[in-house]
Amino acid sequence: MIRVTLPPHLRKLAQVEGEVMLNVEGPVTQRSVLDALEATYPMLRGTIRDHLTQKRRAFVRFFACSEDLSHEPPDAPLPDAIATGKEPFMIVGAIAGG
Amino acid sequence: MNGVRVLVGTRKGAFVLTSDAKRERWDISGPHFTGWEIYHLKGSPVDPNRLYASQTSGWFGQIIQRSDDGGKTWHQPGTPPGEPTTTPEGMPKGESNKFVYDTSPETGKPLTTHQWYDGTPHPWEFKRVWHLEPSLSDPDTVYAGVEDAALFRSTDGGKTWQELSGLRGHGSGPHWQPGAGGMCLHTILLDPNNPKRIFIAISAAGAFRTDDGGKTWQPINRGLHSLYIPNPTAEVGHCVHRIAMNRSRPGVLFMQKHWDVMRSDDAGESWHEISGNLPTDFGFVIDVHAHEPDTIYVVPIKSDSEHFPLDGKLRVYRSRTGGNEWEALTKGLPQSDCYVNVLRDAMAVDSLDKCGVYFGTTGGQVYASADAGDSWAPIVRDLPAVVSVEVQTLS
Repeated sequence: MIRVTLPPHLRKLAQVEGEVMLNVEGPVTQRSVLDALEATYPMLRGTIRDHLTQKRRAFVRFFACSEDLSHEPPDAPLPDAIATGKEPFMIVGAIAGG
Repeated sequence: MNGVRVLVGTRKGAFVLTSDAKRERWDISGPHFTGWEIYHLKGSPVDPNRLYASQTSGWFGQIIQRSDDGGKTWHQPGTPPGEPTTTPEGMPKGESNKFVYDTSPETGKPLTTHQWYDGTPHPWEFKRVWHLEPSLSDPDTVYAGVEDAALFRSTDGGKTWQELSGLRGHGSGPHWQPGAGGMCLHTILLDPNNPKRIFIAISAAGAFRTDDGGKTWQPINRGLHSLYIPNPTAEVGHCVHRIAMNRSRPGVLFMQKHWDVMRSDDAGESWHEISGNLPTDFGFVIDVHAHEPDTIYVVPIKSDSEHFPLDGKLRVYRSRTGGNEWEALTKGLPQSDCYVNVLRDAMAVDSLDKCGVYFGTTGGQVYASADAGDSWAPIVRDLPAVVSVEVQTLS
């Protein structure tokens, strides 16, 4: 199982508490994780990546294993620790404003 | 039970206030959608329990919420959780928060740019829904005015949205420019006598009208005079802040422009100024008494750079003569050290026998008058900054 953490606003929207657990078919990448997340929680479509371009929204960041993966290609494999469920894939709202 | 439901959108959530017809005691429910900006909520005139809400965030984009029980519970009207997001054929299913500009060759190929603040071309980019206007005849049909300015319609209760692209594509779209708050379509008025006629307003393009259900549009800005644009009487480019009508007389429109309060007696074909003795004619809101079509309300704001009431006194101005002659309504409103603003979607009226008038402030108060403006009282205070106020009269 893949573990995903969501920012508080999106946890409320998806009506979940704590981490989300997902089954991901095939290679574990940003795209496959987000596809699985949106299939399970369709209310999140468009909130993390654009509906049409599928690009990450500007104020959303992806972290895993203490690394910023926000700018990695969406089909690049995620670290093994994510694929095995040892570490969570973290979706984070950028800190902006004051 | 006769009563009133007030729908309040704020910078950090939505609130639903209810009262009986006396309008003295209020129950407050909320915040709903905490932490999100709620630009607008509005109920269907056909089914008062059907509410629509625009929930938006600079981080996470646009969400449309719907309630079928008068605001007790809410859901996104798209695909429910746990269901596949595609059809067996692989086509995407309904997604309530998907607003895609029409670029189809049949209807528009339109318009890929409008003008940016500096006059350079700028691509149309969807940002948020400013205003939701439910149909007068079908609870599943609702219009959405969005930023960057365009009009969308849903006929399936908010599951899917289609642009009425004739508005952007009618010809003047490439010349539209954003106002200070963005290039937003903020006002949608449906003509109760003519289902094909819709009025809309855009900051800072102006007012437009369709007479064929949204296929074709024309600017209706003749008579507007805006000193802050290169051609003060241009066909488009005016910063219209709000338009209002009385449902019994839909050919008569009232407008609060950036500066100037205006009136049209011919469905927008021409406008004339009715600012009269107002102490300042800058402002955002304007509304019309539910039963007296020549009684109108504005909240004058000091200037376009000083968005607060003149002299720190929060005063609603009422004209009982359709404009020009205005009286200050102050009873129950703060008359010193008040520096709040009243945003363009933050005034509404009920249709009880003695018309109720309501408005919300950026200071978080919602003021109400149960006697057509003669006296006022806060029905809630210390909310987050109020963006919108709508009222449902329940029977």
